[in-house]
Amino acid sequence: MERADTSAGRGMNIGLYLRTHLREYGLLFALIAIMVFFQVVTGGTLLKPVNITNLFLQNSYIIIMALGMLVVIVSGNIDLSVGSVMGFIGALAAVMIVNWHWPVGLAVPACLGVGILIGAAQGYWVAYWKIPSFIVTLAGMLVFRGMSLWLLEGQSVGPFPKSFQLLSTGFIPDILGIDRPNGTALIAGLLTAGLILWMGLRARAHNRRYGIETEPTAFFALRNAIVAGALLFVFYKLATFRGLPNVLISMAVLTVIYAFLTENTTLGRRIYALGGNEKAAKLSGIKTERLTFLAFVNMGLLAALAGLIFAARLNTATPKAGFAVELDVIAAVFIGGASMSGGVGKIVGAVVGAFIMGVMNNGMSIMGIGIDYQQVIKGLVLLAAVFFDVYNKSKQA
Amino acid sequence: MTTLLEMRSITKTFPGVKALDTVNLTVREGEIHALVGENGAGKSTLMKVLSGVYPAGSYEGEIHYDGALAEFHDISNSEARGIIIIHQELALVPLLSIAENLFLGNERARGGVIDWRETNRRTGELLAKVGLREAPSTLVDKLGVGKQQLVEIAKALSKEVRLLILDEPTAALSEADSQALLDLMLELKKQGVTQIIISHKLNEVRRVADTVTVLRDGTTVSTMDARTEDVTEGRIVRDMVGRDMAHRYPARDRRAGDVLMEVQDWNVWHPEHAGRQVIENVNLTVRAGEVVGIAGLMGAGRTELAMSLFGKSYGRNISGRVLMHGRPVDTGTVSRAIGAGLAYVTEDRKSLGLVLEETVQRNVTLANLPAVSKSGVINEAVETQVAEKYRDAMNIRTPSVFQKVMNLSGGNQQKVVLSKWLFAEPEVLILDEPTRGIDVGAKFEIYGIINDLSAQGKGVIMISSEMPELLGMCDRIYVMNEGALVGELTAGEASQERIMSLIVTE
Repeated sequence: MERADTSAGRGMNIGLYLRTHLREYGLLFALIAIMVFFQVVTGGTLLKPVNITNLFLQNSYIIIMALGMLVVIVSGNIDLSVGSVMGFIGALAAVMIVNWHWPVGLAVPACLGVGILIGAAQGYWVAYWKIPSFIVTLAGMLVFRGMSLWLLEGQSVGPFPKSFQLLSTGFIPDILGIDRPNGTALIAGLLTAGLILWMGLRARAHNRRYGIETEPTAFFALRNAIVAGALLFVFYKLATFRGLPNVLISMAVLTVIYAFLTENTTLGRRIYALGGNEKAAKLSGIKTERLTFLAFVNMGLLAALAGLIFAARLNTATPKAGFAVELDVIAAVFIGGASMSGGVGKIVGAVVGAFIMGVMNNGMSIMGIGIDYQQVIKGLVLLAAVFFDVYNKSKQA
Repeated sequence: MTTLLEMRSITKTFPGVKALDTVNLTVREGEIHALVGENGAGKSTLMKVLSGVYPAGSYEGEIHYDGALAEFHDISNSEARGIIIIHQELALVPLLSIAENLFLGNERARGGVIDWRETNRRTGELLAKVGLREAPSTLVDKLGVGKQQLVEIAKALSKEVRLLILDEPTAALSEADSQALLDLMLELKKQGVTQIIISHKLNEVRRVADTVTVLRDGTTVSTMDARTEDVTEGRIVRDMVGRDMAHRYPARDRRAGDVLMEVQDWNVWHPEHAGRQVIENVNLTVRAGEVVGIAGLMGAGRTELAMSLFGKSYGRNISGRVLMHGRPVDTGTVSRAIGAGLAYVTEDRKSLGLVLEETVQRNVTLANLPAVSKSGVINEAVETQVAEKYRDAMNIRTPSVFQKVMNLSGGNQQKVVLSKWLFAEPEVLILDEPTRGIDVGAKFEIYGIINDLSAQGKGVIMISSEMPELLGMCDRIYVMNEGALVGELTAGEASQERIMSLIVTE
């Protein structure tokens, strides 16, 4: 049954478009609304340059793991062990660098390698033995939590040498030499905004050429104006503080890489197909086991990276590091629109979802709301986001 | 005879679509009424209106049932009045027993504690009524589709049914099971149960129906009384499609070339029961441009044969050789089988053939992504062109190639699956029940596509439970029974009787 929307008026079209794409806009507007809300109730503290910098530093490890988690969830699985793995790798790094005096240049790759091995070990059971990922990674969560306790012998280990801390706390120097505002940050902001606009226009031209439904011009302009404006605003604020944190760069680069991998490559396409219908994917010649395995290997790598960044930021490894972080990561991915049953979800959604969680954490902490209420509110936001998805879907059907 | 049900001027609109337009349906007490029409003609919508899935007030028109105006607000309303629908997709819980399924939601219990003696006694009675010889404690999981269908009917009987609606009851059944089911329908009619059957199989409709109502594009086209007039299949088809379809199977030049594919001594064992051989010593050949049929009853091992050939997707301890152009090839994994020039179009397109949440475009290219990509990066422009090409060539009716396939009708979904496999450029296509559950018009189109493939010199193996279809389409037919090929007939020799006799005499 075809929709008779061609005969409808222009105004109707915009309404229809908004209704069918409510999720994508909803997410963006939710983030903006939350930021505006906290900006007002914290009396302007939220968007102070130092706090924006903090926001990135605080949430970098969640965002990095959300990239991997999105892939795992799209493939139809889940990984509950990432918090423990992150803590374990942080502990391993501390033991290697602080206790064994390994050079940072050796310890970092070694830790990433161990992350890959952990991912492979868990992926093996899920992919080749068909043990539900919930169980395998629940086991992993316990195992690696226990192993970090054992590694650290229940103590905190630190501090790290300066070179290791730079992973997390370093800033990109000003190439123009102005220093305040930081020239690099300003240029990067302009370039990023320009790039996003250019890519949007290109995609739009492509869609037009092939008769793909494009978003109404007013929407396109408004959305891009908001995104570009927000970017320039954030980069300007960063520039007036200390410039671009190293972590922001790694996060941004990883986000672009994963967005490209998931949306433009055969590898990404096959992962979506695997999550959407594993049997059909297998009968289409897709090596579903190998893909599942790789999704976990990748998750292990990113969890290890997150563990290093987290340890570098705290400048110490504690047995508690990464506790319950997996839940924040998973929540970010679902708030970002991924589907529990697999096959649906986007990298950008997961990143925005992580920011929504991050801004809420940060804003509520500034307001002095207790951790008890924070948990309750975050839980309700997660439920509301997923309800919104389900409700939307049932209305479209 | 009195009128049991009268649906008057039913109109049901969805946003932008008029699904039903002043439809009238009159069903008399004690008759079997067939409702036929192409997919999307509005049959299911009409039945949903009747059963209260679309509650009173969401449609225009009136339903008169048992002499009074009826307003059903949900299914429990209509079930309470004895209107029960058995859907195409069976709604049984596989890991519960027959008895538990029969009384699910309606348990024989006292104070919440199930009275097993009473439950089993009643189950026994009901199973006897539908002619199913199984213990009440048997898990539904262990029953074939045909028997599950009988359990569904028994369940309906347990609810004091007055009007039984069967939606495509024989779509998944073998010939023998279908016949048994139709007999049961006639038996129920004798006991006074009024029935509505929705079916695409016109020979069955002719066999059981007293009255036939044809729907087309959401309107009632005609109502024919089989007791007073001669209702031919030709007449029904004409009303269904709005045109005369003299030839149900399009003509084709039959010109078979050299041997393309050869299967030698193929043996397959059951994946779970180690001692059970599923395929025994199968040898077959397919020539270029030839359409080869595999006939057999449900459970004969046809799908198992096809899937074991295609990347060992079924069974274990597989032995035997596959030759393409006379040279042995490796078909040990799906990607190797595709590489060797094979394609398998599954009988179960929704769960094995398509990624329903994905678009037409993404489904079409799935089996051959390298063809639309360069060093692993997909060129979406090229991909769109490919999808558009198949949309035109296969006449896939969709607003755009960016539509999710779950929104397409069965026939169009099947064309998407076929497109996917044609894009993989196979030499031999194995089509497993390619026209199951799709309407007459779309069937004709699929037959046309098969003929095109043969004209291009591809080999086609066609598995079908509809014998007329095999007889109409194939150059040669292998007859399969209990995992072995028991006969081979050329188009000239083959007839329904000969095929059946090969199966039963074995």
